[in-house]
Amino acid sequence: MRAPRPYLAALRARFQLMLQYRTAALAGFATQCWWGGIRIMVFAAFYGANAAAAPISLANAVTYVWLGQALLALMPWLADPEIGQAVRSGAVGYDRLRPLDTYAYWYVRTLGWMLARVMPRAALMVLAAAIVLPCVGLEAWSWRPPTGLAAALLFVPAFVLMVALSASILTLANIVVAASLNERGVNAVLAPLVIVFSGSLLPLDFFPDEARLLLHLQPLAGLVDIPFRIYFADLHGMQAAQGLALQAAWTLVLIGVGRLAMGRMMRRLEMQGG
Amino acid sequence: MPQILVEALAKTYRVAERTPGLIGAVRGLVHRQWREVWALADVSFSLEAGELLAFIGPNGAGKSTTIKILSGILRPTSGRVEVDGLVPYEDRIHHVARIGVVFGQRSQLWWDLPVIDGFDLLADIYRVEPARYRRRRDELVAMLRLEPLLDQPVRQLSLGQRMRAEFAAALLHDPTILFLDEPTIGLDAPSKLAVREFVRRLNREQGVTVLLTTHDMHDVEALAERVIVIGHGRLLVDGPFASLRAGVLAERRLYIDFVGPAPMLDIDGVTIKAREGRSLELTFNPGRLPAPKLIAAITSSHAVDDIHVEEPAIEEVIARLYELHDAHEA
Repeated sequence: MRAPRPYLAALRARFQLMLQYRTAALAGFATQCWWGGIRIMVFAAFYGANAAAAPISLANAVTYVWLGQALLALMPWLADPEIGQAVRSGAVGYDRLRPLDTYAYWYVRTLGWMLARVMPRAALMVLAAAIVLPCVGLEAWSWRPPTGLAAALLFVPAFVLMVALSASILTLANIVVAASLNERGVNAVLAPLVIVFSGSLLPLDFFPDEARLLLHLQPLAGLVDIPFRIYFADLHGMQAAQGLALQAAWTLVLIGVGRLAMGRMMRRLEMQGG
Repeated sequence: MPQILVEALAKTYRVAERTPGLIGAVRGLVHRQWREVWALADVSFSLEAGELLAFIGPNGAGKSTTIKILSGILRPTSGRVEVDGLVPYEDRIHHVARIGVVFGQRSQLWWDLPVIDGFDLLADIYRVEPARYRRRRDELVAMLRLEPLLDQPVRQLSLGQRMRAEFAAALLHDPTILFLDEPTIGLDAPSKLAVREFVRRLNREQGVTVLLTTHDMHDVEALAERVIVIGHGRLLVDGPFASLRAGVLAERRLYIDFVGPAPMLDIDGVTIKAREGRSLELTFNPGRLPAPKLIAAITSSHAVDDIHVEEPAIEEVIARLYELHDAHEA
């Protein structure tokens, strides 16, 4: 990877192209509001019954839900549809004709795809849950800012690493799609794993004590659990640094695995049709 | 030193062998047998810079596989390939920066992007220096008459328009070699002419080496001085187009509908292939007996309703070549 110009251009192109899909963004936002509302009601019922058993406060749980809903499009639970299409049409051969590192080329395209999908959805969610809700007197159910300046500052690298980790998982998923010529299997396996083990469904601290260490160490924790706990200053100081290190380490490992897998896949690539 | 060197190139694919029917399908779940299929068996040739070479052969002959190996997409099973001193699949990144490729059946432009944005993106991907890119782009836009299409998204272009844009896209980085895999497939007659004219200019005026595959004998006739015929993964003929034409391609077919019942004809150098009611099918060699002379001879002595001349289809030419080379036939 010499100068970054081609990779930046590919990232920008994918980002701009995906930003065009306004209807999809609005529909996604509406769905995420709906699910967010339901999940908050479930939390409220739980806290009403036994608040003492909860590892985090209700206010934090509400913010956790809104933050998660806002950033849902960053979750690597669906392989990039462009790759599946390119593999079936044989256009993937053109990717090999570019004087680029194919892994990096796919990685930045996936990154552009994710970022373009999350931006409008997150902006609308901030508007709705962090600004409109308090204004209409529903402050208790609103999205609160990070717990203190240190948490806000630490959330920046945590967010960057969350995106980098997610893109590394998706790129690996895309490589599996390319090797198996179909994205259905990958998506069927990926979606439930990501939803449960990232902490997207339920903060990982809600799981039984025995499983907790493993849950905190596994790669998917870096997608939601670690960055969100940094947001609440639940992880601070040394613990926050460890969380960031874990995110970075898993990102590097998954990039390494992805590069190996891509090398193997390209060696036995057979271009479809003609 | 030739620009492209191919020696004993072979490529096999593994195909799962299935017993037909339900029982076979179930057995395949447990135990799968593989069969090797030779896409290329033993192909050798070399090409000098500035040459224009056409690959012809039926579907599945190995033409596209050869192009994909030469362009660095596929890795051969055995054999040696060098293009400008590089092994394409070993040194892919350096190699592909120097070549241009157009696949007639696929698109390298971005479906939802306007043509000009796709060009800009390719210039970034190939790291073409901006001033040089603008010069090259303007030159290609003029040659291919792309000006009115530049701001349209690729998905709105007709196939002919899209192919012209594809050619420009493949040449923005000034490659010294151009690989074309069935570049005229599906195009209407004027678009085919435009593509041929463009490829010829590129080769003659700018010295770009061109290697193309096609099913269209008119492409070969208009463009190539040298032709390689490939079939069942083997090289059957490698030579100047003129000699191929004088040999295997020489034959023409003449179809005649007579006003009355088809007469007995006995003309030197003409073979009667089929006879049915009022119709006759003849073969002749236009090198020995020009078509106008033959037609004149027939129409002067018989009342003719309809008449037309055909070249043999490429599949037939290949079949003929197989007969000539039947030692290699699978």
